[in-house]
Amino acid sequence: MEKFVSKFGWFFLNISWVLSLPINAAQWLLHSLPWIVVIFLVTLTAYLSAGIRLALFTLCATFYMVLIGYWEESMNTLSLVIISVPLAVFIGFGLGVWGYFSKRAEKIIMPILDIFQTVPTFAYLLPILLLFGFGTVVGLIASILYSFPPMVRNTILGLKRVPDNIIESAIMSGADPKQLFWQAMLPSCKKQILLGINQSTMAALSMVIIAAIIGGTADIGWEVLYYIRKAEVGQSLVVGVVIALMAIIIDRITSGFAQKSDQEKKDLRPPKNIKISYLSFALAGSAILFIFARLFEALDDWPYDLSIWLASHINDLFDTFVETFRAEIKQIKNYTLFFIMLPTKIGLQQAVSPFTWGFQLEMVHKIFYFGSLLMLSLWLLKNKKNDFFVFTLLIMIFMYFGLTQMPWPPLLIIYSFFAWQIGGHKLALGTFFGLSFIVVVGMWPEAMISVYLCGIAVVFCFITGTSLGVWAAHSSVVSAIVRPINDTLQTIPLFVILIPFVMLFKIGDFTALLAIIIYAIVPSVRYAEHGIRNLPSEVIEASKMMGSTRMQLLFLVKIPLAMPVIMLGLNQTIMYGIAMLVIAALIGTNGLEQIVFIGLTDGNMGKGLIAGISMAIIAMIVDRITKTISEKRSEALGLTIK
Amino acid sequence: MKNIQSVSKKVKMSCQNVWKVYGENPNDFFSNYSHTEKDPSALSKELSDHGHIVANADVSFDVHIGEIFVIMGLSGSGKSTIVRCLSRLIKPTAGQIFLDEENLLEKSEKELIDIRRHKMGMVFQNFGLLPHLNVIENIAFPLKLQGLKEKERIKKAERVIDLVGLAGRENNFIKELSGGQQQRVGIARSLAVEPDVWFLDEPFSALDPLIRKQMQDEFLRIQSIQKKSVVFITHDFQEALRIADRIALMRDGQIVQIGKPVDLILSPKDNYVREFTKDIPWESVLQASDIIDKGKKISETAEQVPLDMPVAKMLHLLSKKSTGVVVIDRSGKKIGMATAQSFVAALATAEN
Repeated sequence: MEKFVSKFGWFFLNISWVLSLPINAAQWLLHSLPWIVVIFLVTLTAYLSAGIRLALFTLCATFYMVLIGYWEESMNTLSLVIISVPLAVFIGFGLGVWGYFSKRAEKIIMPILDIFQTVPTFAYLLPILLLFGFGTVVGLIASILYSFPPMVRNTILGLKRVPDNIIESAIMSGADPKQLFWQAMLPSCKKQILLGINQSTMAALSMVIIAAIIGGTADIGWEVLYYIRKAEVGQSLVVGVVIALMAIIIDRITSGFAQKSDQEKKDLRPPKNIKISYLSFALAGSAILFIFARLFEALDDWPYDLSIWLASHINDLFDTFVETFRAEIKQIKNYTLFFIMLPTKIGLQQAVSPFTWGFQLEMVHKIFYFGSLLMLSLWLLKNKKNDFFVFTLLIMIFMYFGLTQMPWPPLLIIYSFFAWQIGGHKLALGTFFGLSFIVVVGMWPEAMISVYLCGIAVVFCFITGTSLGVWAAHSSVVSAIVRPINDTLQTIPLFVILIPFVMLFKIGDFTALLAIIIYAIVPSVRYAEHGIRNLPSEVIEASKMMGSTRMQLLFLVKIPLAMPVIMLGLNQTIMYGIAMLVIAALIGTNGLEQIVFIGLTDGNMGKGLIAGISMAIIAMIVDRITKTISEKRSEALGLTIK
Repeated sequence: MKNIQSVSKKVKMSCQNVWKVYGENPNDFFSNYSHTEKDPSALSKELSDHGHIVANADVSFDVHIGEIFVIMGLSGSGKSTIVRCLSRLIKPTAGQIFLDEENLLEKSEKELIDIRRHKMGMVFQNFGLLPHLNVIENIAFPLKLQGLKEKERIKKAERVIDLVGLAGRENNFIKELSGGQQQRVGIARSLAVEPDVWFLDEPFSALDPLIRKQMQDEFLRIQSIQKKSVVFITHDFQEALRIADRIALMRDGQIVQIGKPVDLILSPKDNYVREFTKDIPWESVLQASDIIDKGKKISETAEQVPLDMPVAKMLHLLSKKSTGVVVIDRSGKKIGMATAQSFVAALATAEN
């Protein structure tokens, strides 16, 4: 690797130099414009995209950035996003179109996308850092690489979903291939493509923020990180909110345009001169405000002494909270640690001690433990629930010895066997070789620590999240409460989510666990609600007419039918969990993610990269397994998942 | 060819021994095959035994200028496939397709585009309208593809919009229209380029029965003005009877019988055809010309009826005049006598 770099380094440095030009230009532009002009333009865009409410929100949110004195940093971040998104969209759209028209291209592109999206975000930065050196360009390249895959996927999906009869009718209208594509197919899938742009923009923003970890960009992500490291949690929250607001605004504006592309068909098309008048309004407004800003210094550079310092108040608030509930917080933390996390990690065998559980593990306890679980499993076997029988036995063994204490050969075999049962020999082979790679490179212990932390979070998320989703599907009130929370959690960049938990529980595994849970629970809730709400109504009505009670209806009809969708939710929960796990390395965990992180900060590229690949392997295996389960179920039920 | 055909039966479009086979390598079966050697059913079976799906097997028919040629069949009978072969949306595996005596299979992609732009129009079951365009833009879409100026496009589109009765709806978006209205847009679009051949692929199947009937009338009215050569696909035998000049009945990718509606009813080729026709009320299909008693001498004094008068309307005449009525053709020439007896006789042949 180093040889490669020394040989071709000049080449990459040149690319780096070329790419830095547009960034510098964008930064120069955004900095030299007075803040009031930028706010005016952004607010106007928001108004055009989604109306007056978003415009007001945008106005307040952007003014907040000015008020707390982080305008410059925010603009640095924005300029990176502004430059990387068009490039990512351009690349993504091109590859998507290519993938649509050429089966062979699709076969090559799809696995690459999978890898790009499962490799932990930090691991992205490693090779780029190596090739391009430090600086803003690394953030730019990383965010382009991270944000083009959703564009490719949405382009392919959108083009595939263009109805056959539209294509046929366009051909019969005499369209040549070019006209067919630009005038019939593309407009028909405009919404999907705009959704792709929305997702790409969000991915770009989150990557720009994460890229701040290597520094040199003076952007808003760097500020947050700086304060987290200095343990000035209040200040990091104040700045973190800027990122969250920025994410929400960008998300709402782009998705607003996507929604609008669907709705505008309702009203008669506005005459063309309205568009022109908006443009001239924007220009005139900017010009006037620009002159005002020249006259009044405050409109150009917000005076330092007028900035508001919220951090100390927040710190005080949290301190009092932590003071008041010190005992409770400690108890929650300890209970989770002693009764759930430790047993899973090192097994009941070691976790049970007078200090944690209040007694020593005696023969009696062991006999009772194995005896009762064996009885349960035998009972399950008798009732022909073979899956649950195997499951119970495995849980029994796991919980006794602990995930990280089990030697690797049996685990490797169990995982591969599991994969074979679900997806046949191909999946089993993939699992076997993937995991063997992790063993060979010596990452197995760390991998198991990652699995353990993520595993607990996923199990918790799946159970509570799915229940919450089912509840939301039946109650419009719950749904109305849950939805905006989910939306927000999904738009906020990952490491802002960490901040409040760090404030309450300090750093460590437990805090990481909570952060993972809060982020990864979202898809479980979403998919469960979606799955239940979109069941075919005939089936529900038929079951009601057969006289099933609400509970019977739920457990015998709705949940089994919605299972494929719920399983997709599990899949997404795991993926989200892994994504958050990587970020959680910031607050001190011990798994693979930590090695990646250390590799990044210490410059130990090789090890970090291997750890990153190991994580990607685990993610891909779990992804394939859960997706296969979902597909098999939906095939058996004859349902198509929307 | 031209010499053999009479003027009224001039062929507009013709397909000869067309096969469409899906699967791995159907071409192997056709490289040394000429349709005289093998029975199509046998080859069809051989193909499916080798894992191929035979959508069309040895389909041949002519479409005459100005006639409504209906291809009728149940789902999976290959009727949609054959119309897509005709319009060259798909490429047949074997056989030949002629439009105005030119082989469409020898045309380049560019020439085909040109043919579609000027000679073909097609209406689709699910309308196939573009959601991002309004009514007038949808109708003018084929003209836009030809590169016509906006003014000219709109002028031409306005003409067909009146024809289908959508005037006043020009600026609506597709979503705002009912199914029937959407299909009117589809029809207008297919006619905008003033095509010679008009394909309609189950155009009314997605509509409610009442609307469907309305649209059939509408279609017949438009066709009486436009006089296109029509290929009309349907799975509804009643619909076929109502509008067809000739019907081709398809089954398992093959044509079972081609004929006028009355031929199918009076002399069904096999039990499959008979299944379709047995519930059809004869008197609504039979016309005066179908019940002519060939042995009877033409009376000079008897009442005269045109040859295309439905028998249902003749019944009261036949019941009163034991000598029967004279059937005359369009030029007024007497072509035969129809009596109550000959009517019953026609029914009797049909019953067998």
